[in-house]
Amino acid sequence: MSNGRLRWRKFVSNFMLAMTGVCAFVSVLVLFFILGYLLFNGGTSINWDFFTKLPKPVGETGGGMANAIVGSGKILLLASLMGVPIGFLGGIYLAEFSGKGMASVVRYAADLLNGVPSIVIGIFAYSLVVLPFKHFSAYAGSFALGMMMIPITLRSTEEFLKSVPRMLREGAMALGASKWKTIATVIVPAAYRGIMTAILLALARVAGETAPLLFTAFGNRFESHGWSQPTATLPVMIYTYAVSPYDDWHRQAWAAGLVLLGLVLIINILARTILSRGIAVPRS
Amino acid sequence: MATTATTLKNAGPATGSRSFFAKLRDGDEIARLVTLLFATTVVLITVGLVWELWVNSVLPRQKFGLHFFVTSVWDPIMDQFGALPFIYGTMVTSAVALLIAVPFGIGAAIFLAELAPPRVSDTLQFFIDLLAAVPSVIYGLLGVFIVVPLVRTLIYPALNNPFGYLPIFKGPSYGVGFITAGIVLAIMVIPYIISVSREVLLSVPRDQREAALALGSTRWESTWKVVVPFAKTGIMGSIFLALARALGETMAVTMVIGNTPKIAASLFAPGYSIAAVIANEFTEATGDLYLQSLIALGLVLFLLTFVLNGLARILIVITTQKGSEVRG
Amino acid sequence: MQASAKPEFSVNIVTNLTTPASRETAAALPMRMTISKVNFFYGPKQILFDINMGIADQKVTALIGPSGCGKSTLLRTLNRMHETVSTSRLEGEILLDGQNILAQDVTALRRRIGMVFQRPNPFPKSIFDNVAYGPRINGYKGSLADTVEKSLRHAALWDEVKDHLHKSAYELSGGQQQRLCIARALAVEPEVLLMDEPCSALDPISTAKIEELMVELKNLTTIVIVTHNMQQAARVSDFTAFLLIGEIIEFSPTPHLFTTPTDPRTEAYITGRFG
Repeated sequence: MSNGRLRWRKFVSNFMLAMTGVCAFVSVLVLFFILGYLLFNGGTSINWDFFTKLPKPVGETGGGMANAIVGSGKILLLASLMGVPIGFLGGIYLAEFSGKGMASVVRYAADLLNGVPSIVIGIFAYSLVVLPFKHFSAYAGSFALGMMMIPITLRSTEEFLKSVPRMLREGAMALGASKWKTIATVIVPAAYRGIMTAILLALARVAGETAPLLFTAFGNRFESHGWSQPTATLPVMIYTYAVSPYDDWHRQAWAAGLVLLGLVLIINILARTILSRGIAVPRS
Repeated sequence: MATTATTLKNAGPATGSRSFFAKLRDGDEIARLVTLLFATTVVLITVGLVWELWVNSVLPRQKFGLHFFVTSVWDPIMDQFGALPFIYGTMVTSAVALLIAVPFGIGAAIFLAELAPPRVSDTLQFFIDLLAAVPSVIYGLLGVFIVVPLVRTLIYPALNNPFGYLPIFKGPSYGVGFITAGIVLAIMVIPYIISVSREVLLSVPRDQREAALALGSTRWESTWKVVVPFAKTGIMGSIFLALARALGETMAVTMVIGNTPKIAASLFAPGYSIAAVIANEFTEATGDLYLQSLIALGLVLFLLTFVLNGLARILIVITTQKGSEVRG
Repeated sequence: MQASAKPEFSVNIVTNLTTPASRETAAALPMRMTISKVNFFYGPKQILFDINMGIADQKVTALIGPSGCGKSTLLRTLNRMHETVSTSRLEGEILLDGQNILAQDVTALRRRIGMVFQRPNPFPKSIFDNVAYGPRINGYKGSLADTVEKSLRHAALWDEVKDHLHKSAYELSGGQQQRLCIARALAVEPEVLLMDEPCSALDPISTAKIEELMVELKNLTTIVIVTHNMQQAARVSDFTAFLLIGEIIEFSPTPHLFTTPTDPRTEAYITGRFG
């Protein structure tokens, strides 16, 4: 009686535990599957043309995504210039100067902002930067992405600054350094690696975002000069090409997908391994 | 200003009684004010976002009121806008996504937290974090070229042939539809469930599991009947987080849901979600009512994710605290 | 409750008892468990050295010694709980009723050897479900309500909780939670009950209650208790083993060990010169 039941229980135990292993390994396998599939379908289309040529007119084969690559670069640069200082300096305020009340308000606002779906951020950027000027622009796209970088930068800056050991602070102050000097010359450098990691992860995250760009930077078949024109970006190109009926565009979408994924993964891997050796990495 | 020089640079009465301009010369005070400015900016941005959403969706609020949420007609030509098809689509795709992702994700988390040796667990978690970093347009790309044909050629026949009489499996399939979007969403949210559940499971005190084992439980029994229930609240939190992510997901859904503003019982029917309709129709919206109706939808989405994220955070905090304070 | 078998035991266990009088007493007693030539390692580091002793049937055996002496480690080998740590390695033989526990199925074994832990650790379930957990997973066919009541009575907790069985275990006080854990362990009718410093997290009144309990529980089951409180060991146990840095220095009936210890180190410890 009890022996048979025991054998059944052990069988169930081994079976269920094996199933959990299957779940775990399949989940990890998905990552490699995605990479492999993109490599397979897009690898051959990555050539010099892809990086240097502009898109050909609709229906013609060939051409590249030079404008989208440049556009993404421009927008990400401006987004970082907008979002990182706000997050960084705001984080300094939270860690070094603020009282309890203000700190919770700011943190709450940042968490709220972090949870906003990216398309709603796009709506916000639209109403602030597109509507008043009546055209799409790189500014608008950068604004949207920049806003998305703020919360992660803010929280990480605060956390890493707070984790700097008291001894370092007190050592500097005992030498007569004022508070802001201590922050600038001792505390921030000590927390530098953690903060950089967070910024890079934030950058990788917004680099892949498409939705907020759909009605801010919009898109462009040509090069955009300056910042106040509609601008092509890599994610939006992928989207446009993928849902189109042209095989050649599909081919290019795979290539672009490979480039984008490669970029995002490389930044993530670098940030999570080399840069943050020994530090706890913030979960996105 | 007194002409007598003082030997110490910043000598003077205590901060409280210095004049505003004297304070400004103090580097620390400048630093405080500057960083305060930026911190306030964060709050202003968030407030501004909600404000803009509210103000720019005034027309449909005035015209339709609460009916907006229960009307299923979306007719730009006749200026009739109802949110129901999109709310329905968002809910159905999220439900399908969770149905697939939750068992899978919790199973994987159990393996990583209870079974795998720490090195293996950390390595696998690293890859899962990378999976979470994959851009959604890439998932959309794979959805269009892999999942859509899969649904059309494999899943649809497998479910429709034997069970086609059931309303949820009825009708033809073009590959795109609620179920396809649900599958793609499931793959996208699994990493979130795994990461959070794994952390939560790891925080369950050792002696809970040992007590179960000491009573003659098998490893599975101790995990499933004791450790997982202990971490139940945190796991719920991870599910809420995943749901919040699924609700707001735009690109991958847009590419595979079929973009049809209709409510249909069948999972194989094409549909629409809130985020997808905004993405597709925003730039083509003619007229203020049309545009503002889309913005109103954005506001709805914002509120939904706001509530879910808040709940999720509370639940996760409760569990990880419980682990350290359960002693009587 | 199966009748305790009266197994024969190997002579070397008895000869480890250090006085002639104690050896005679022991020779007349049946041993529930015997531990022979046990060495224990965590990875390369050895924790227990050549442990030989016996656990007398229906008696309380105490393991005492300063922190780090290996008494808890030794206790945990008795129900193979050490196996939850992957780097642990056990050499030697541990017999329960004459059969090597290391050769048996561990799940079945752990039903027969119960454990109460240092800090109360009730499951996140009701009082009833905590006690019923063990019988349930083992497929107990009889009345769960009766078993739960019986176990709670044995743990001297029944009167305090009988009207609140559905409430969460976490609503109980620390001392009550620990008695609940004892009831939970008793519900599967173990042949041996291992207790790892069960009172160290409790207040004096709860401690006293549990010590009273132990004396009565002897009739139901055999008890092995680890304690850092020597007075407690002197009060409740019949046999005591004194460990120091992983070795058994002295093992004899409790009155002998505490009044006329043979080894000078034992005397130093019990008179408080160290530990």
